[in-house]
Amino acid sequence: MSRRPAGLAPRLLAFCEELRGEGVAVGSSEILDAFAALEAVPWKQEEDFREALAATIAKSQEDRRVFELLFDRFFFRASEAEALERGVGEGQRHEGGDRLDLDRLRESVRQAIADGRDGEMRDLARLAIAAFGRRGEGSGVIGVDVQRIRRALGLQSQAGSPEEPALDRDQINRFERHLRRELERALIERTEKLPPSRPLAELDRALPTSPAQDLAAVHRAVAQLKRRLATVGHEQRGRRRGAIVDVRRTMRASLDTGGVPLRLKHRPKHPRRPEIYVLCDVSTSVTSASVFFLSVLHALHDSFRKLRSFVFIERISEVTDIFERERDFRAISERIGREGGVADVSGYTDYGRVWLEFLEQIVDDLGPRSTVIVLGDARTNGREPHPEVFARVAERAGRTFWLNPEPRLYWNYGDSVMAAYEPHCTAAFECWTTRHLEEFVNVVAGGTPSGEA
Amino acid sequence: MADDAQPVASSPSAPEPAGFPQSVAEVREALGRVGYLADEPAALVAYLAQRLGKPILVEGPAGVGKTELAKALSRATGRQLIRLQCYEGLDEAKALYEWNYRKQLLRIQAESADPSTPPGGSAGPDRQTGGDPRSPDPWADIFSEEFLLTRPLLQAIAATEPAVLLIDEIDKTDQEFEAMLLEVLSEFQISIPELGVITARTHPIVVLTSNNSRELTEALKRRCLYLWLDYPEVEREMEIVRLHSPEIDEQLARRLVEVVHMIRQLDLKKPPSIAESIDWARALLLLGADDLDRSVFERTMSIIVKHRSDLDVVAERVGLKLGEPSLGAEAAG
Repeated sequence: MSRRPAGLAPRLLAFCEELRGEGVAVGSSEILDAFAALEAVPWKQEEDFREALAATIAKSQEDRRVFELLFDRFFFRASEAEALERGVGEGQRHEGGDRLDLDRLRESVRQAIADGRDGEMRDLARLAIAAFGRRGEGSGVIGVDVQRIRRALGLQSQAGSPEEPALDRDQINRFERHLRRELERALIERTEKLPPSRPLAELDRALPTSPAQDLAAVHRAVAQLKRRLATVGHEQRGRRRGAIVDVRRTMRASLDTGGVPLRLKHRPKHPRRPEIYVLCDVSTSVTSASVFFLSVLHALHDSFRKLRSFVFIERISEVTDIFERERDFRAISERIGREGGVADVSGYTDYGRVWLEFLEQIVDDLGPRSTVIVLGDARTNGREPHPEVFARVAERAGRTFWLNPEPRLYWNYGDSVMAAYEPHCTAAFECWTTRHLEEFVNVVAGGTPSGEA
Repeated sequence: MADDAQPVASSPSAPEPAGFPQSVAEVREALGRVGYLADEPAALVAYLAQRLGKPILVEGPAGVGKTELAKALSRATGRQLIRLQCYEGLDEAKALYEWNYRKQLLRIQAESADPSTPPGGSAGPDRQTGGDPRSPDPWADIFSEEFLLTRPLLQAIAATEPAVLLIDEIDKTDQEFEAMLLEVLSEFQISIPELGVITARTHPIVVLTSNNSRELTEALKRRCLYLWLDYPEVEREMEIVRLHSPEIDEQLARRLVEVVHMIRQLDLKKPPSIAESIDWARALLLLGADDLDRSVFERTMSIIVKHRSDLDVVAERVGLKLGEPSLGAEAAG
């Protein structure tokens, strides 16, 4: 077993610190585990070292992605910093570049990429930089240089000509990563300092982005909500008195009293499994809120098995399938945009028509156990609101909730017809933050069923 | 015996219990021998789990061999596999232990029928607390191991031979259950109020699987090593298929796996799993197909695609592509 060099522990801690900075929850128990894991594997192989760290530190797919991004950068920077400090340089690294046969280099690069040999790719990347980097001494911008060299080598993922078969996209990317790294290394050597460390760009982390809203923030909030939704409602399960005697537990309890069943035990009451119907307005008047609403739908789908969701503008369209099939939020919103089928003529919400369609399609499924949730601003653009149809929907359903993304103050101003709908709802809430949402969730899942036992 | 009972983590330098491989490469090899081709991360995590005495949390899409990993570990190490299948509403009476009340009742009745001992009745509870432990006391010994029904978790903890404990689909349970698991997973012990704490005699390898249908608690994740299993690459899946149906022609196997990969790229309700690739390969062998053309594909695709709407998508997107090469072959031949 090799001993751990003195420098590793603080370095590893610094790495964990950087991970924490990117939002990965690394606790001290994880760090202890990481050290224990490194004791157990021979970490001469980079892969073993990396996997051992990842298995103990990154505990979800999302964390793992951040881990990968940071790992490369961190240990690359660490070794470069060390080299600078000790004045280790490779000196004339580009020597001999002019004597290279470019065609042969091109061929070897293609071969190495096709075979996927990492070490060779790295060596060839350095040769390529030497060969092509000379002319004009590079642009100084690494990304530009990488692309220039790649073009000069003629690397394409589509087959260009018969003698140049297509290369695997991922493999080319790997080669590019080597190029980038070697260029960075050369730059660090030239300037003798490390570029400042930046936090990962949101784009790098491949989180959904949207111009209007910080989706990542909504996501974090919804993740918390998701957890709450998953457990809330179970609180009621407990050992509350139910109507049915649990024979097994009664007998079991009777043992304390010599087999005489003095204490009756009841079956715990199972929580009502709500059937939920969600209707979500995705028209332009609620643009800012609809991303939020879709995240809410997403979270609800994760937590309630019996959930059907609909989006509407002028017409209504069921999107339950999309949510059940996709787990990635971004993919969901894209698909809803693409095939939601609410394509309409005017782009204006028509609540009246929506109720009529909903009633027609769904009403037979509604029952006293079902809960209808409407996410919308109740702005009908001057069209007939049909409150009597909504009343029939609400009547069939056990409970009906309305979540309005506007403050209560604005309700019924302009074309908002909230007043026509509100009396038919079990309750109406203003809802545009996660806090509002949590209040609402407590009412739905917390099980204060009004009117039925 | 006493040494064996020590958790491995506390004495990493001590010799491992016989039968467990000593390095990552050996783990990989041992798993390969029992028909599970692990990739590097999976082998490493399995090895670490044993060395550090920590549970493995395996996540990934359905059908990538999460459960199989646990089974393979048990076969490779010759340990007994103890399986706890999770479902909504699973409680400790089914996961941990339960008192065998029927037997307890019989004991009480037998005792009270026996004239040599004083009758039980209402004096019972007093005797339980104040009684002399040396006298034969039915109240004390009906809560002994004799009357304990072991459920999978207790069984794994109390096993005299080291076992592999598989807790399957942990994401199906609720958070309370996860909380209950914490004691088992970190201390390898179970507290039974009437009996005291039962500590592990041997150290089981614990594998938890999750389909990621809900976020697990931080507390649980903290105690586990994390392994994300994904669909294997073409080469590795080919090896897997050929391992399980060795008679299949290499060309055909490659084609089959490539088609399966193509199908996984599509947006399906249920993408084909590795097990289904293997089934498909066997089916093709039985049918005596030597090439995967369109008609063979359409006849057999129900083996890998199991949703009506998926069938349509696959037939349309993949079936058409498959038609071309066989036509070309006919034209050439």
